[in-house]
Amino acid sequence: MKEKIADLEEKARRLRVAIVKTLHKSQSGHTGGSLSAIDMVCALYFHKMRHNPQEPAWDGRDRFVLSKGHAAPALYVTLAECGYFPSEDLMMLRRLGSHLQGHPDSKGTPGVDVCTGSLGQGLSMANGMALGLKLDGKDNRVYAVLGDGELQEGQVWEAAMAAAHYKSDNLCALIDSNGLQIDGDVSKVMNVSSISDKFKAFGWNVIEIDGHDMGQIIAALDAAEAHKGAPTAIVAKTVKGKGVHLFENKASYHGVTPNDEELPEALKCLGCFD
Amino acid sequence: MIATRDAYGEVLAELGGENDKIVVLDADLSGSTKTGVFAKKFPNRFFNMGIAEANMVGTAAGLASVGKIPFLSTFAIFAAGRGWEQIRQALAYPKANVKVVATHGGVTVGEDGGSHQSVEDVAIMRAIPNMTVIVPADGEETKGAIRAAAAYKGPVYVRLGRNKVPSVFPAGHKFEIGKGVVVVPGTDLTFITTGLMTAQAVIAAEKLKAEGISARVLHIGTIKPLDKELVEEAARETGAVITAEEHSVIGGLGGAVAEFLGENCPTLMKRVGVYDRFGTSGKSDELLKYFGLNAETLIEEAREIVSRKK
Repeated sequence: MKEKIADLEEKARRLRVAIVKTLHKSQSGHTGGSLSAIDMVCALYFHKMRHNPQEPAWDGRDRFVLSKGHAAPALYVTLAECGYFPSEDLMMLRRLGSHLQGHPDSKGTPGVDVCTGSLGQGLSMANGMALGLKLDGKDNRVYAVLGDGELQEGQVWEAAMAAAHYKSDNLCALIDSNGLQIDGDVSKVMNVSSISDKFKAFGWNVIEIDGHDMGQIIAALDAAEAHKGAPTAIVAKTVKGKGVHLFENKASYHGVTPNDEELPEALKCLGCFD
Repeated sequence: MIATRDAYGEVLAELGGENDKIVVLDADLSGSTKTGVFAKKFPNRFFNMGIAEANMVGTAAGLASVGKIPFLSTFAIFAAGRGWEQIRQALAYPKANVKVVATHGGVTVGEDGGSHQSVEDVAIMRAIPNMTVIVPADGEETKGAIRAAAAYKGPVYVRLGRNKVPSVFPAGHKFEIGKGVVVVPGTDLTFITTGLMTAQAVIAAEKLKAEGISARVLHIGTIKPLDKELVEEAARETGAVITAEEHSVIGGLGGAVAEFLGENCPTLMKRVGVYDRFGTSGKSDELLKYFGLNAETLIEEAREIVSRKK
């Protein structure tokens, strides 16, 4: 297990490097929220989820919904690392004609099942997937990553209500709780705490973790899978911009990319000296 | 006489038996939207989502992404209104195979008043890329439209009404997405109509005949994509067009026809519909009269437009 965790941590480090390089190249996109979510996305794709990069539409796959669609770079670097498409494609992020749109688009990117980006809609989609899979008697699981600021959208709570009502225990929501949104602290813009209490009140199984501790992430994902009769919310405390001190805990890095001066320092932070 | 929503309930339950991929969602209105007929027959494939339309749309998108053919229903004002951005993002953008069947469209919802009378939904749905928009004339066409929507791969918006409407089409009438139908031939002008106004145009054409005015009735069941061929043919052959719909004159059938003819075949034209105003409480038949949505208005407008032709 120790080895597995060390392996995933190294993967996550490499994915962080890829995020920074990709966003430096595109000079457009969301740095902070991509770096805060990447450990969880990494654990899902390289540890938890059943999926087949050679056959993106494989019927037996688990489903992933990036509800906080602006963290698309975190998803794209992970899909590239898995082999869904060549990593050179990452350099075309947000360019005209690229299949890597600013926010996840199921029409062009292998491995992306739904269009997200308009916040608050992903959990509804994930629950629809969970209901459909159950209807077919399948045991595939559905994972959705949401931001904490995103929880201000009322539709999230409509979805939370419905998922518990339909006992969608094949559904797991991961809350990337980095405490910041575009205008500043989530608690100051519109306080959503306590996130755990809210999900509990809606009938969910709730697990609180440090979203950058690979051991805790894996344990939570395993516990979510084992829990029957209700969906699970993993409320993960994270750091916006995690891994690069220049970007950490800065709301200003929500939608800002590394510039030429920042790039070498950012890569150095991530143990990359290429 | 049958309400289009009743025809919907009937055909949906039939389709459910023919195709087990069909699932149905409703937002606490299954008795009114008639999805309850399906729910009774196929309870495990029916999801009542409660009074939460935005989530219902997203859930339908998720169901479609795992291979289901979801039909979701609520009143038009809540489907196209409350659900607009979700329909755009989760259904139309990815071309999700979801059918939004909105009932209680137009002013004939009646006494509930302006808050419930959707006169903008067709315009809203028509503006969304990838969206097909259908407004059937009667029960028979509704059955065909729902079957066509189920067979079509992609997002479809079908607008139905609450009340019984006169029959326009014979039993077994075949509905084809994007195809208009010339219901009455004519040479002096064309009524281009949709929904319950088609039956009114047929009555108007009959009465005008006695006055020596030959009115064509072109029924447009699919507002988008518009049957440009039949619209242009009507404009060229009759030289005058009157559109009619139980909807705002802005952005609906009248808007679609005006946009097309304005660019391709400028034609003498009038639009009959709701003139940039909200609905109001009243009985359905009173409201149709109040808004001038009847054969009498069509006759007056026809006389006027024919006189302008000379």
